[in-house]
Formats: sequence, C-alpha cells, structure tokens
Amino acid sequence: MSFYPARRRRNSMWMGLSVAAAGFGLTWLFLILAVLFWKGLSGVSLDVFTQMTPPPGSAGGLLNAIAGSLIMTIIGVAVGTPLGLLAGTYLAEYGRYGKLAFVVRFINDILLSAPSIVIGLFIYEVVVAPMGHFSAIAGSIALAVLVVPVVVRTTEDMLNLVPNSLREAGAALGMPRSLVIQRIGYRAARAGLLTGMLLAVARVSGETAPLLFTSLNNQFWSLNLNAPMSSLPAVIFQFALSPYKEWQQLAWTGALIITLAVLTLSIGARALAARGTVK
Amino acid sequence: MNATAKPASNGVEKVSVRDLQFYYGASLALKGINLPLYERKSTAFIGPSGCGKSTLLRVLNRMYDLYPGQRAVGEVMLDGQNILDPGLDLNLLRARVGMVFQKPTPFPMSIYDNIAFGIRLYEKLPKSEMDGRVETALRRSALWTEVKDKLGANGLSLSGGQQQRLCIARTVAIKPEVILFDEPCSALDPISTAKIEELIDELREEYTIAIVTHNMQQAARVSQYTAFMYLGEMVEFDATDAVFTSPRDKRTQDYITGRFG
Repeated sequence: MSFYPARRRRNSMWMGLSVAAAGFGLTWLFLILAVLFWKGLSGVSLDVFTQMTPPPGSAGGLLNAIAGSLIMTIIGVAVGTPLGLLAGTYLAEYGRYGKLAFVVRFINDILLSAPSIVIGLFIYEVVVAPMGHFSAIAGSIALAVLVVPVVVRTTEDMLNLVPNSLREAGAALGMPRSLVIQRIGYRAARAGLLTGMLLAVARVSGETAPLLFTSLNNQFWSLNLNAPMSSLPAVIFQFALSPYKEWQQLAWTGALIITLAVLTLSIGARALAARGTVK
Repeated sequence: MNATAKPASNGVEKVSVRDLQFYYGASLALKGINLPLYERKSTAFIGPSGCGKSTLLRVLNRMYDLYPGQRAVGEVMLDGQNILDPGLDLNLLRARVGMVFQKPTPFPMSIYDNIAFGIRLYEKLPKSEMDGRVETALRRSALWTEVKDKLGANGLSLSGGQQQRLCIARTVAIKPEVILFDEPCSALDPISTAKIEELIDELREEYTIAIVTHNMQQAARVSQYTAFMYLGEMVEFDATDAVFTSPRDKRTQDYITGRFG
C-alpha cells in the first residue's frame, strides 16, 4: 500500500503529458482553421464560383481551378479505386498467407508513405516527357497512383475484419469463392470500404506537388484532358506567392474551400465508419 | 481399436468414412477413422475437446479446403463417390452436404435474402415461387411465426436462437441430403436449445444428420447413433442407447460418466 501515493502521482503525470500532447496537436489544427476562416471567408462570394482566375490586378474567381480539381480528382479516384479494391481483395482473400502477398503488402506500404512529389516526378518522366507537354490526363494518373495504396490498405484491413465464420457459412452453401467475396465480404465491409475511398479522395484533393509536374496550371477555362488544366492547389501555390493583393485573397479563399471540402469528406467517412456494419 | 463392427439391419450407409487421416500441417489430427452415417438417422460425435470431432465434421463437406496446409487422406464415400477426390466440384458437394455452425452466422442482409440467396445459387425462380420456398424453409425451422411480419429486417437483428434457426432454414432451403451441425447450441440458452434439438429430430425424417456436441444429454436426445472419439481416434461407434447404457470401451465409459474430459 505504501506504493500507492507514488503510483497515483505517476499516473497523473502521464495523464497530464498525454493531455498536453493532444492539446498541442489540436491547437495547431484549430489555429490553421481559424486563420483560414479569418483570411479566406471575406473573399467568398458568388464570383469565386462563377469567374475564371484573373490576370494580375483585376478581380476574378476560381471556377476553372475548382472544375479542374474536381475533374482530375474524379478521374484519379475512378481509376485508382477499382485497382486498389482488387489488389486489397487479393491480399485479404486470395493471397492472405502467400509470399507474393507479403511482397505486395510491403511495396504498398512504401508507396503509401512515398513523398507525393516523387510520384509527380515519376509521372513526368513516363507520361509528360513522352507526350511532350503537360496535361490533365497526366495529373489524373498521378492522383490515381496516390489513390491506389490508400484503397489497397483500407480494403485489406476491412476485409480482414470480416469474420472467417461468415466466409465458411457462405462456402457451406456451396457458394464459389468469388461470390462469397462479392456478396458477403464486400457487403459486411461496405462501410469500411466506402470510408477508404473517401479518405483517398481527401488525400489526393489537396495534393499540389504531383500536379505541378503533370497538369501544371491553366489560366483559362479548359476541359481538354490533353492540355494543361488548372487545379485549386496549384492556383493556391501560384497566387499565394504572388505580390498581387487580389491573387493573395483568392489563394486564401481557395485554401478555405479545399480545407472545408476535405474536412467534410473526412467527417462523413468517420460517420460512415462509426455506423459500420462490420460485425 | 477402430470400432467398425456394426449392428446389421441399419439401413443405407449414406456416408462411409474409411481409414481417414487428417493433417494440420505436419500434425496428425485424425488417426485412421472408420465410420458410417446412416441415411435419415442422426449420428452424434462426442468426445473431449481436441479429440477431432469438429475436424471430422469439416472433412465431410471439405470445409478444411479453405485453409492452406490442411489435408485429408483416405476415403469418404458419399453415395459411392469419394468426396476427397481432388477433381470434385466443392460447390456441388457443399450444396449436397449443408452445415450449421457453432456461432450463428446470418449474412448481413434481410431475413428473406438470407434464405433466397442460397436458393438463387441453384435455381432461378419467379417471385411467387421464391416466396413460397422461403416460407417453407422458415416454417421447417420453426421460425415463420416469429418473423413473417418482418422478412425485410436485417438477419442480424434477430436473437441468437432465432439467428441459429435462420441458419438452419438457409441450409434446408437448398435441399441438401446431409446436414452437419457443429455444436449448434453451445452459444444458446436452454429454451432456444430445446427448440433446435426438437428441430434436429424432425429434420432427421428427411435428412442424414451428423452433430458434434459437448453435451451428452443432447447426444442422447437427438441421435440414433453415437461415435465416441478420443485423441484423434474413433474409440466406439454404436447405437446411442448402447453407447450410453453399455459402452464396450473403458474410455467411453469414463467419459460418459464424467470421469474425464
């Protein structure tokens, strides 16, 4: 019993340190949001969503950047998600105990933590350079490459949460393996799989580095996938560094829009996961 | 010691296990099992934990095939066909040999779909006929009156006992010939257990049944034949009455009188 007071003291010390660390992290997040709202909110107007990015010294909006970001993100996710889903399914269902799965899993983890600028350089080398010019398609491919490892990881994790007893029950009815996976595995892991996709969207929609090397930027309205395309992160990068007041204001507003979009997606993903059907 | 001597006049051998050995990797879990399952009879597998009774059950529909490193050697004849044959279509085998598990495993879908799903694997039926099949299966498993007003509800919303009867309905719906029960009541309360036991006794009129149980009263209640296993060996197989009243082997006697296991 004589140790008890000392143990209590140690407990409160560790507790205090943990709370302080959590508070430290949250403070920065809060400050970032506060500054974004402070600087960005004043610039939000209908023009932002209806006007093109302006030349220096005049008013304008971010329409081409928003559209470009949406297009490239959608293509990137549309290409990357099925690839990631299938690879994750292989890891969790078919190759779970195999050597190949071990290697794939290891490489995927490296890809997951690879700096995105490296991905941008790589796509520059294999797509942009041979084509001879920057293009939206190259940007989409770079984003897709970023989507794949995120989706692979979440798919594998979520399918691993599906109990084996459920797979056996499916097999016991005479279901072929592919049906067990599609109708039972995917269904049981549905919320988690969707969460993974949303997290991937959140991850890539804020990426700047891979786009600077691939889709570059475009001052004008363009839906041509074979031409450079504007994107919010690239515009923010360019405008924030400029000496022009209007550009700087648009950069803040763009940053606010992108942050809110990612925040909404993340919260939506968490809500889905919390309501998850995995049992 | 493998008791194969069978009282005659027992009807048709639906399944015959002959000199079956089973390996988990390098370790031998079943050491030369010989056993008949008679048509339209229930056979109970009893024995202490780890004796191999669940392993034996999982050979009968080749469930072990899902996992690497597990293999069976010997012969398991189902209507004269060796189901251990590597060329065998496992899905067709499992349609003939259904299985109900220890833990209820409803699929994450509606009560109706839990049953219709299995049927759709084999038959394409118009909606009205499908409704009829689902109802028959649910009646057969004594669940119909409890769920008929909420067929669209998620199967997971049912109680444990109801979930287990749903799993039985799902198995029955695809018209198997043999049904394997792997400790079907061990996660259920006594009232649900009584219902399932009653159900198994009724199902025996149409199906050949094998049931693994730790509960000897249950074995006595639901089975006509009992197999006692110990350390991967089939120690004794006989009519249930005979096993429980006059066991031939000392180990069987010790087990059923509660002296070990």
